[in-house]
Amino acid sequence: MTLNAKIPSGPLERKWDIHKAQLRLVSPANKRKHRLLVVGTGLAGASAAASLAELGYTVQAFCIQDSARRAHSVAAQGGINASKNYQNDGDSVWRLFYDTLKGGDFRSREANVYRLAQLSMDIIDQCVAQGVPFAREYGGLLANRSFGGAQVSRTFYARGATGQQLLYGAYGALMRQVHAGQVELFPHREMLDLVLVDGRARGIICRDLHTGEIEQYSGDAVLLCTGGYSTVYYLSTNAVNSNASALWRCYKKGALFANPCFTQIHPTCIPASGEGQSKLTLMSESLRNDGRVWVPKDKGVSRPPCEIPEAQRDYFLERKYPAFGNLVPRDIASRSAREVCDEGRGVGATGYAVYLDFRDAIKRLGQDVITERYGNLFEMYEEITDEDPYKVPMRIYPAPHYTMGGLWVDYNLMSTIPGLFVLGEANFSDHGGNRLGASALMQGLCDGYFVIPYTIGDYLADGDLSPVTTSDPAFGQCTSQVEQEIRRLLDVKGEKTVLDFHRQLGRIMIQEVGMSRSETGLKKAIEEIRRLREEFRRNVRIPENQRTLNKNLEMAARVADYLELGELMALDALHRKESCGAHYRQEYVTPEGEAARNDEDYAYVAAWQYGGRDQRPVVFKESLSFESVQMARRSYK
Amino acid sequence: MQKTMAFKLRIWRQAGADRPGKLVDYAVREISPDMSFLEMLDVLNEDLAREGKEPVEFESDCREGICGTCGLVINGVAHGKNNRSTTCQMRMRQFEDGSTITVEPFRAKAFPVVKDLVVDRSALDRLIAQGGYVSVNTGSAPDANAVPISKDNVENAFDSAACIGCGACVAACPNASASLFVAAKVSQYTFLPQGRVEREERVLRMVEYMDREGFGNCSNHAECEAVCPKQISIANIARMRREYLRSAILG
Repeated sequence: MTLNAKIPSGPLERKWDIHKAQLRLVSPANKRKHRLLVVGTGLAGASAAASLAELGYTVQAFCIQDSARRAHSVAAQGGINASKNYQNDGDSVWRLFYDTLKGGDFRSREANVYRLAQLSMDIIDQCVAQGVPFAREYGGLLANRSFGGAQVSRTFYARGATGQQLLYGAYGALMRQVHAGQVELFPHREMLDLVLVDGRARGIICRDLHTGEIEQYSGDAVLLCTGGYSTVYYLSTNAVNSNASALWRCYKKGALFANPCFTQIHPTCIPASGEGQSKLTLMSESLRNDGRVWVPKDKGVSRPPCEIPEAQRDYFLERKYPAFGNLVPRDIASRSAREVCDEGRGVGATGYAVYLDFRDAIKRLGQDVITERYGNLFEMYEEITDEDPYKVPMRIYPAPHYTMGGLWVDYNLMSTIPGLFVLGEANFSDHGGNRLGASALMQGLCDGYFVIPYTIGDYLADGDLSPVTTSDPAFGQCTSQVEQEIRRLLDVKGEKTVLDFHRQLGRIMIQEVGMSRSETGLKKAIEEIRRLREEFRRNVRIPENQRTLNKNLEMAARVADYLELGELMALDALHRKESCGAHYRQEYVTPEGEAARNDEDYAYVAAWQYGGRDQRPVVFKESLSFESVQMARRSYK
Repeated sequence: MQKTMAFKLRIWRQAGADRPGKLVDYAVREISPDMSFLEMLDVLNEDLAREGKEPVEFESDCREGICGTCGLVINGVAHGKNNRSTTCQMRMRQFEDGSTITVEPFRAKAFPVVKDLVVDRSALDRLIAQGGYVSVNTGSAPDANAVPISKDNVENAFDSAACIGCGACVAACPNASASLFVAAKVSQYTFLPQGRVEREERVLRMVEYMDREGFGNCSNHAECEAVCPKQISIANIARMRREYLRSAILG
């Protein structure tokens, strides 16, 4: 298979405009005849469903939550980037483009990233018009902050709940179209399969999570907006229902999965306290602006932090990266924390945590300033841990947070299956090896509001779409396969619960396919995942009751998919013999011990094709060429 | 070894909306004080699943207090007593070791039980569909800084917009009214110039629709404010009434 990314020709700055001018249009009278199925109602899904309905398309939107407003975009805290340059501090489309490309360690597409930076401005306009209460200055104009070590202030924010407010904007737009009869909304529905007719995506099979009914929906295109797969690690900052099943089932139907090993582990999360832990809570990385990260110099120190004298503390980020100190990018901060913990110098009950200390900042600025800057985060920390961070240093540890990998899409956001479009975190497109802070919200909304409304028309205008209904035999076949899958899971009647398996998989994944990877570790992980998968298939126990709400059954199907996706992530990590972005291979480092990228051999997107049940997948390569920039090396020394 | 806790639980079990429900007794042991309330229920469900019994269905998603999915009445209080956040943010250290905890769903006529502790809150979405938005199509927005908005107005708008739609206000209200929920949305757009164009129509439509979904009226008990995980003030309800009156007069 040759992967054609369909990057338009012409100079970088003009590519999107040229492309838009060439895309075919669907006449207004014909738009309503096209039914589009949008799966997921986060930022990407809600914005796409609303925008397409406004254009006149007939839309059906599906979400696993009981309300479209609850998709996990709601939890994003920090902000959203845009190259508005309202602060007159030298920002520009070019600079946002370059920062994003460089942050992704040159493993993303130049043209996609440039388009993202261009459209970022329209997103802010749109959201303000919807009534999103972004922070403002006293003069009434929008406020910005610098985020994640960026050298310009380009991040727009709504207190610590930017994702919530942006999502409610998109959700409002969606509900307006529901009221207008342009969108039919199906909450508590989980997509379990993609239906192909003549090789095109023409429908989906869903399970109504409340009644257990298996349902069929047909349409002219399917838009997957189902988010990422961080919960493959079990403990992550994602919601407990976040999952990759929709993606995975499309992969099994022939969509290629790109760069699955690119996963981001966020450095500032509250560490796990024990076995029963079900999720990890993120704290904004703005904390690293004033907090100092340290561990004891010696191993096995169990004294309380206040009793450890200055001389016995190792401020390891400041020591290793004097230029950036505590503000090094996420992947470096995370990896360094894990290294000191692996050396036995970690703190807290589990030994897997490092201190984030505000003592010096409080001394320098006073407690009031710290309260003003981080008060809500300090409160949240105290609520969860029962410790007062004004007096005792916070304990933090990295947690899986975002997945840069996802289904392969071309410049039009279409996967390798005609008619299957993939938006937001679910696709692989814009973040390369590592995503910068405040860029996820930007990408989700960019795809939904401003890319898909143009590109989908070109596909639909093709005119080759014969009418398809759910009476097509393909729907019946898919449905019986889905029902058999469910029956098979219920019939195992083994000894271990779904959570037992998910926890076990998570431990393997975080240990060997997390912040730091090695050939030996990855090979071991692949063996262990295969064993665990085999055990799952003969020993999982799910309570009967198919035709009702059954959380265990939902989770079982998702874990079954993760037991396959986990292996693909490890395979991808094993094959990528370089360190780039968040993918760090212990064998590929510079003499100073820093990540060593290999542009000669690995400047490509690795897109994996399903090879059959338990068979080895096949990798296809989309080589990345950079016409407008030099591939610089990241250095934070 | 950290000390652990044990609890007796009385949990509402109900197979479906049209089936009778009852409180059933359970016990959990070896609960870490650091566990969240929902993680404690996870432990119970794991025990039940291993014994081949049907787990207690409850809903949750983000488990960090922002998605609004979880919602339980714990010992008679929506989201639990002395909890300034959602159910998922309750920690077991907030309970007395060995005590009995009663767990029930969010009850309201407009929230039919789906199963056990899960209720159907889609009426809240239908309320939003009546006008809880600004009618602006994608692509037609002016520059974001074209209209300055005073910092005070934006901060007030945010306070109202913080509502997560969990429905605790409805569950806590003796009349099962959704007034705080609707008032928060109406207020957000009252504070913002973008919301002004549809100001009258929005409040009239949303308030009138509340009755149709079977929500009660507000009689100033303020129970809603007391349980709101986002501290939405009942001042919003006063504002909604003013807006309603004003709009009704203006026709």
